[in-house]
Amino acid sequence: MDLTLRVWRQKDRNAAGALVTYPVKGISPDMSFLEMLDVLNEDLLIRGEEPIAFDHDCREGICGMCSLFINGRAHGPEKGTTTCQLHMRHFKDGDTITIEPWRAAAFPVHKDLVVDRSAFDRIQQAGGYISVNTGGVPDANAIPIPKSVADKAFDAATCIQCGACVAACKNASAMLFVSAKVSQLALLPQGKTERKTRVENMVAQMDKEGFGACTNTGACAAECPVGISLENINMLRSEYILAKATSENL
Amino acid sequence: MSWFTKTFSSTIGRKIVMSITGLFLCSFLVVHLIGNLQLLASDGGDAFNVYSAFMGTNKVIRFMELILVLGFVFHIYDAIVLTRRNKSARPIDYAEQRPQENSTWSSRNMGLLGTVILVFLIIHLYNFFVPARFGGLDTVSIDNEVYDNLYAEVIYAFSQWWYVLIYVLSMIALAYHLIHGFQSAFQTLGLDHKKYTPFIQKFGYAFSILVCLGFAAIPLYVFFFF
Ligand code: HEM
Ligand code: SF4
Ligand code: FES
Repeated sequence: MDLTLRVWRQKDRNAAGALVTYPVKGISPDMSFLEMLDVLNEDLLIRGEEPIAFDHDCREGICGMCSLFINGRAHGPEKGTTTCQLHMRHFKDGDTITIEPWRAAAFPVHKDLVVDRSAFDRIQQAGGYISVNTGGVPDANAIPIPKSVADKAFDAATCIQCGACVAACKNASAMLFVSAKVSQLALLPQGKTERKTRVENMVAQMDKEGFGACTNTGACAAECPVGISLENINMLRSEYILAKATSENL
Repeated sequence: MSWFTKTFSSTIGRKIVMSITGLFLCSFLVVHLIGNLQLLASDGGDAFNVYSAFMGTNKVIRFMELILVLGFVFHIYDAIVLTRRNKSARPIDYAEQRPQENSTWSSRNMGLLGTVILVFLIIHLYNFFVPARFGGLDTVSIDNEVYDNLYAEVIYAFSQWWYVLIYVLSMIALAYHLIHGFQSAFQTLGLDHKKYTPFIQKFGYAFSILVCLGFAAIPLYVFFFF
């Protein structure tokens, strides 16, 4: 297939960027979207031009490194798919494809299509963990957890921190990400010890990073590659309300 | 900052305020609509005028009016703060966007819909509330007592096509505001349960359409049939 790409090029954090048009030829429909970009980058290298910088690592949909806002959608047009798992067969020969970085004040563009997502790391560091004390390993089966609760916690734990929720939200809100991290731990007995302080600190950090507020549009869950549900956001809120009303933190 | 101000200036806290005030405003809409329906009684406006005199003088109602003003003030204040914050959370917009693929139009345009409602509210207060409360209406006598004739003022306003048009368009905006807002308010409070959420969503949808249809029907009826 032959395609026309409009790609956001930006030299560094402080430079102004712009969409640049590139033709790409001879793309196989079996290639992934990133492989298609690899082909273009090889062309650029041969021509002595700077290749396009984009994030990727596992290329099998589990690490959350790949991003890209493709034709107006986070991770492209397919539901439940990361960009590395998006195949070119979902496009047509002759298509023009617009490729932009995640857009959010909290995710500054580092270079071209690479954005700095360390705001997510700082939110995690604010409370997205459990403090495990040393000692003998307790028997896992000694703590009964209802299957439905374990399932919900597991579903929340599948968040790969890609940031598509922020990218897709009209408010660049990080609520889906934060809610996945909060409910994953709040649901389980091991996470309950720190649950109030955790939600208070993580929400405070989320606000500090400059993410927007949630308007319940649902765009995040619709675009999340692993299907984190809106239920988590509502759980985050009830956790937050409970914590603010009853925690000892002033 | 105290824990209290911290809570209610967080993004989640501000939405909690918007949710509670929004639901309170919904309850006010019901009371207001029931009052308005008296305009359609064929008694030359007696019931409506007696009712509006009661609403203007009763101590409990006057107190609730104060709460209502505060409800609007907090709702609008936090709407402005959050909408501005949300705009600055994405300083550079996408060149190409397809939001229709992942969310409803009303959910993305609450600020726009709210602004239409606010403009309507100002016109509405200026036309009816200000003369009713601060004078300027003709009087009418009902059962040997003198009442302000708010009824005549309303019927006159509703005889002008452009006023009816503004009214109906504003009610459409309100309907869309509530189609998203009603169920959203429950989510904002973290009230979400497999058993009840589907009912809240259906109820909110029906509520939004019925209430706004009820309001819009009155000027239309007056314009075409009085
Ligand atoms: C009778 C009048 C009104 C009613 C019944 C009403 C009701 C509601 C409700 C129930 C919500 C949902 C709250 C939530 O998601 O938690 C809402 C949201 C909102 N309202 Fe109103 N509202 C009214 C007037 C206004 C006005 C005058 C404005 C603006 C100036 C406004 C602006 C907004 C905005 C921007 C939101 C979305 C907030 C967000 O999700 O970020 N509303 N409203
Ligand atoms: S919630 Fe979904 S979209 Fe958001 S960071 Fe996690 S995996 Fe990505
Ligand atoms: S590169 Fe790892 S999820 Fe796409």
